[in-house]
Amino acid sequence: MHVPLGLILVPLLSALLLLAFGLTRLRKPLVLIASTAIGLGSLHLLFNQLEREVFLIPLNEAPYLTAFGWAGLALGAFLLVICLRRRQPLAALLVLAQTALAWWAEHLTHARHETVTAPLLIDHLATIMAAIVGVIGGLICVHAIGYMKEWHQHHRELPDRRNQFFCVLFIFLSAMFGLVFANSLPWFVFFWEITTVCSFLLIGYARTDEAYHSAFLALKLNLAGGIAMTLGWILIVQRGGSLDLLRIVGSGDALYLLPVVLLCFAGLAKSAQFPFSAWLLGAMVAPTPVSAMLHASTMVKAGVYLIVRFAPVLQDTLAGLFIALIGATTFLITSLIAIGQNNAKRVLAYSTIANLGLIVACAASGQYNAVWAAILLIVFHAVAKALLFLAVGTVEHRLGSRDIEDMQGLVMRHPALAVAMLVGIAGMFLAPFGLLISKWAALEALIRVNPILPIFVVFGSSATLFFWAKWMGKIIGAEPGERPAPDDTHSLELIVLAVLTALVIVCCAVFPWIAEVLIDPYVIAVYGQTMVLDRETMVVMSIMLLLVALLPLSLLYRGGDRFRRVSPYLAGANYDHPYRFTGSAGKEYSMSFRNYYLSQYLPERPMQRWGIAASLVLMAAILVMVTV
Amino acid sequence: MTRNFLAGFAYLLLAPVIGALLAGIDRRITARMQGRRGPPILQPVYDLLKLAHKEPIGARRTGHFFVLGHLVFMMAAGFEFFFGGDLLIVIFAFALSSIFLVLGAYAAHSPFSHIGAERELLQMMAAEPILLLTAMGFYIANGSFRVEEISASPTPALLWLPGIFAALAFILTIKLRKSPFDLATSHHAHQEIVKGLTTEFSGLSLAIIEVTHWYETIMLLGIFYLFLAPYPAAAVLLVAVVYLLEILLDNTSARMKWQWAMKSSWTTASLLGAINLIVIYYWLGVQP
Repeated sequence: MHVPLGLILVPLLSALLLLAFGLTRLRKPLVLIASTAIGLGSLHLLFNQLEREVFLIPLNEAPYLTAFGWAGLALGAFLLVICLRRRQPLAALLVLAQTALAWWAEHLTHARHETVTAPLLIDHLATIMAAIVGVIGGLICVHAIGYMKEWHQHHRELPDRRNQFFCVLFIFLSAMFGLVFANSLPWFVFFWEITTVCSFLLIGYARTDEAYHSAFLALKLNLAGGIAMTLGWILIVQRGGSLDLLRIVGSGDALYLLPVVLLCFAGLAKSAQFPFSAWLLGAMVAPTPVSAMLHASTMVKAGVYLIVRFAPVLQDTLAGLFIALIGATTFLITSLIAIGQNNAKRVLAYSTIANLGLIVACAASGQYNAVWAAILLIVFHAVAKALLFLAVGTVEHRLGSRDIEDMQGLVMRHPALAVAMLVGIAGMFLAPFGLLISKWAALEALIRVNPILPIFVVFGSSATLFFWAKWMGKIIGAEPGERPAPDDTHSLELIVLAVLTALVIVCCAVFPWIAEVLIDPYVIAVYGQTMVLDRETMVVMSIMLLLVALLPLSLLYRGGDRFRRVSPYLAGANYDHPYRFTGSAGKEYSMSFRNYYLSQYLPERPMQRWGIAASLVLMAAILVMVTV
Repeated sequence: MTRNFLAGFAYLLLAPVIGALLAGIDRRITARMQGRRGPPILQPVYDLLKLAHKEPIGARRTGHFFVLGHLVFMMAAGFEFFFGGDLLIVIFAFALSSIFLVLGAYAAHSPFSHIGAERELLQMMAAEPILLLTAMGFYIANGSFRVEEISASPTPALLWLPGIFAALAFILTIKLRKSPFDLATSHHAHQEIVKGLTTEFSGLSLAIIEVTHWYETIMLLGIFYLFLAPYPAAAVLLVAVVYLLEILLDNTSARMKWQWAMKSSWTTASLLGAINLIVIYYWLGVQP
């Protein structure tokens, strides 16, 4: 029972150490030790939880609530100063509103003299999330050691504030653990707001105009979500409901529907769903570990975690179905927009929003099998996306570009990085890898819920096929005779990439175990039944994984002595070089390869506007439905 | 269970044979439509044997890796289908197989195979929704994604899924690489994309691609069979009619641009496929 507290406190203490002592020399060992500690701690918890159901940690909540109240005020004041200094009146107004509402909510809660007896809980869902935060988050921190060193070599004009960087990163991890283990709504809201503040600081790390702009955008949209969440809290208190998360979920009382819908709106904001999606794209200006940490593996997962947690309340409600529709719309539109992007990080950003949309579509429907698929998606997406973000970051430093067109022939120039990237991409869309297994589960589940949701998924996933496959094609299409380029990648970065690459594959291999031992117990505990997986299908998936694993062996066969290598066919005479040829007037031509982006058919801004308009209409409809 | 395995292995053994004969008949009928006599029925087999004995040349030594993946996963998809397994898994394995060929074309790094790969991906994107909607439709009509249970149903699925059937027939042209959707690779190497996708494959690799295409054709026709599974004779007739119509279309239409391929497929998918799905969902009332 001390492990959850440890997971919250270890990163917090490391953060304070970094900040207080400015330990530039000891930074690397400290980050390494703390990351290893939280990674191992969360795994320890995961394996210890296997036998148990729900474990509650009783604490006297009152002093904590007082502390959170004051801490909230301090944070509000801190943000307000920054907002005013950077002349951001709207952000300042939102900060004021959120701080005042939170203070009022604390006050109302205090006045009731009724506290949650066990403000922390451990159950299967919490341990799965904690393992994602601990293991993936820890790996990202380790990767950041090497990456940020290189980043500052590339950006010499910017001041080196790496101590503060890691400090905020660790506070963020601490808050994520707090949020995951929280069983008391006030605790949950407090940690939620801390992640908002941390993301603001991390996105603004470079302190350029662009960074400030993106950071304030993220702050505003997440504060809007936070205000909805605090209103939900106040509503529950006013209606005399319980603030105990497990009680809210288990009660089946209609009084919780409106508050939970408001909480889910906050979840949509944090998970960058339409209409809130803009902040995640802006956040791509931040250094890559920040993108990987906040926008692929942990912070955005807080939003979907919230929806998964409260899904039972949404079960069989029209409001739940409409929230699911917001997710499905987001999935379809952002998958299509991603086709038109040639900036690798923007492709990853759009694909992240899309996958979160799929998770929202599954979770908000509230049916046991769809929730099951949602949890599976959370796990697989976290691993594969973290790998891809970190790989893109490392490759960007090697190539000096994050343009996918510049990754032509990466497999020859940087073979190790290319393999990591290829595995990550395959993990995102190909059978038998994780995301495809989850998509299969999602389709099987959603068709039982409603016919509209799978139709969105079907069209959206066809679009993902296109943009991932052409990216893979770019990486493997190399000119003959190209040699590996000198590689000065930091060894810690390579180790982390190797571990994540292995994790993507291992997670697929142990998929039946993840399903049965980790996800089933939670779904059974909450819904009384779980997704019944066809055993045979699991066997087929395993056989396919084995085939994929064996296939590279065929590369050992080099075609023997009989193989004759020729220049590619150019429908004319080659000119002393495979990619130069003699044209019609006897002139010499050279050529290069470009992918299709279809940007004139899939214009980014109009499509975003469509998505925002559609989701706003859906949100308004939901509010009308639950209030009238 | 034994029956399932028998059916699966029968597919692995017989599909190339039937596929080769079908290709031979196809060429014969095509020739007759064009007022020629046409080659012998076994010509595809002779071509194959000739190809297999050609000198291995190519732009990349890794070509065989992708071609092997293309074949192996096509066989896996077809095996799963005739075994009676999950239709979604069949479609996913099928997509993986196609992706291998596309990646092989990208890896060859040649202008014609590159453009072929891009177009093949566009066509996959065009066709994929209908394939998945077909699986959804069968699920609503029969309460299962398993081919075994779909084929054992007493009512023919065609009754519930006429729209999806029409949409699937539409994209069959894409998958068979016939005109007007022979965008990615063409049967005639003298055209603007040369051989597109397969330009840089030769000899044994090209032979394997050909065999894989036969496997593919038989599995796709198998899906059409499912629509009338309770009446085997009628189902075979249906498959024959569909294939004949494909040949007719191939011979009477010119190649279209990819824009048209995309728009027409997605429009068909949403108008025929999605609406069909929604209508029968509420008509039949699916229980979660």
